[in-house]
Amino acid sequence: MAGHLFLDAEPWVDWAWVSTHVPTVLGYLGQHVELTAISLAGGIVISLPLGVAAYRWTGLRLPALGLFGTFYTIPSLAFFALMVPYTGISELTALIPLTGYNVLILLRNVIVGLDEVPKDVLDAADGMGYRPFARLLRIELPLALPAMLAGLRVATVSTIGIITIASVIALGGLGELIYQGFIESFRTPLVVGMVLCVAFALVADVLLAGIRRLAMPWARSG
Amino acid sequence: MDFLHGVLLWFGDGAHWRGSDGIPTRLGEHLHLSLESVVIGAVIALPIGIVLGHYGRFGNLAISVSNVGRAIPSYGILVIAFTLFGFGDGPIVLALTALAIPPMVTNSYVALTEVDPDIKEAARGMGYREFAQLLRIELPLAVPLIMAGIRTSAIQVVATATVAALIAGGGLGRYIVDGFAQFDYTKLFAGAVLVALLALATELSLSALERVLVPRGIRLLTARAARRGTAFKTA
Repeated sequence: MAGHLFLDAEPWVDWAWVSTHVPTVLGYLGQHVELTAISLAGGIVISLPLGVAAYRWTGLRLPALGLFGTFYTIPSLAFFALMVPYTGISELTALIPLTGYNVLILLRNVIVGLDEVPKDVLDAADGMGYRPFARLLRIELPLALPAMLAGLRVATVSTIGIITIASVIALGGLGELIYQGFIESFRTPLVVGMVLCVAFALVADVLLAGIRRLAMPWARSG
Repeated sequence: MDFLHGVLLWFGDGAHWRGSDGIPTRLGEHLHLSLESVVIGAVIALPIGIVLGHYGRFGNLAISVSNVGRAIPSYGILVIAFTLFGFGDGPIVLALTALAIPPMVTNSYVALTEVDPDIKEAARGMGYREFAQLLRIELPLAVPLIMAGIRTSAIQVVATATVAALIAGGGLGRYIVDGFAQFDYTKLFAGAVLVALLALATELSLSALERVLVPRGIRLLTARAARRGTAFKTA
């Protein structure tokens, strides 16, 4: 079983293959970036208003976190498969589960971030005459930003990894290269897919860390 | 509705409950692969995390190893294990164990570093030796977060074991992979329902176990820490 580990001479990367497959590889990378971006955007669009609502009306927390927590527990391959009979082999089949996962991570962080805004700050804002909506927009949300961005980083790295699984049912992304490496017993696409996936996750994480620094000049450390 | 009716009929068909491709066999395979990986992972990860956390050393290393680990797709790790070692349960358990280790190291490390220094000092003052202090003071206080780490690992392993079906592994993922390959959407959907139910059952039973294992007093003391246990979805 383990016999062929060091005996065969197959190189991990066949550069000739790489040089002739640049457009294909970039196509998969583009798809991967697109799926990541859309599912994160969808996650933000749903979790932000929902998080604010759950912060205001605490009765909403349990049902919202329970519903998306249940989605989150469902393994991605199963969730994709549950979608297939309804949405076919389309991007939507990957996007709905991925967005659902992101909503949970982001929702939690929106609520925690808003909860952790000091009471004194709120009192001061009220004293300065802020109305509730202005206070939310200009005081509470900016102060909750660190927690929200931390959630966004987790969601991003997690999403980039999970999208590879979408290729098991032919939904595209860098996982297609990993799948090809498996099917053809050919290491090069596997290595290229893995390296690009990790590189994309690291670049996205560094970019978000940069945004955090720009958005919060008062929190330079960390 | 016709489709869901077909799925119900699939579950009602006795043939799907017998033999080597029957639900009990596939469930058994899934649990066997997962349990083996989590136990081997725990035997490796917990001592490392506990010792590092007790001495408060190499914390950055432990945390950054698991952070980098998160960026590596679990699916890719499975395929690499297959590329190196071929078909079989061995390579799958190896890959799943590799995935199980990081959350358990991180959580047990954090659990031990977060034991209140005053409590440790009090233990010293009462004459506890280092090992007894670790065993009887620090570990009980660290149990909630350690258990959260084990739960996180177990849930991710159960989820990733589904994907192992792609590299010819057993388990409930077989129905999804085979159903997809055969354009049998009923089987695909039924398999997905089974996997989803297993994942939810794993989550619920481990949460219940956590509640039983952690004494009430400690649970109240560390409620906030336990809630913060790192959840990270890899599959």
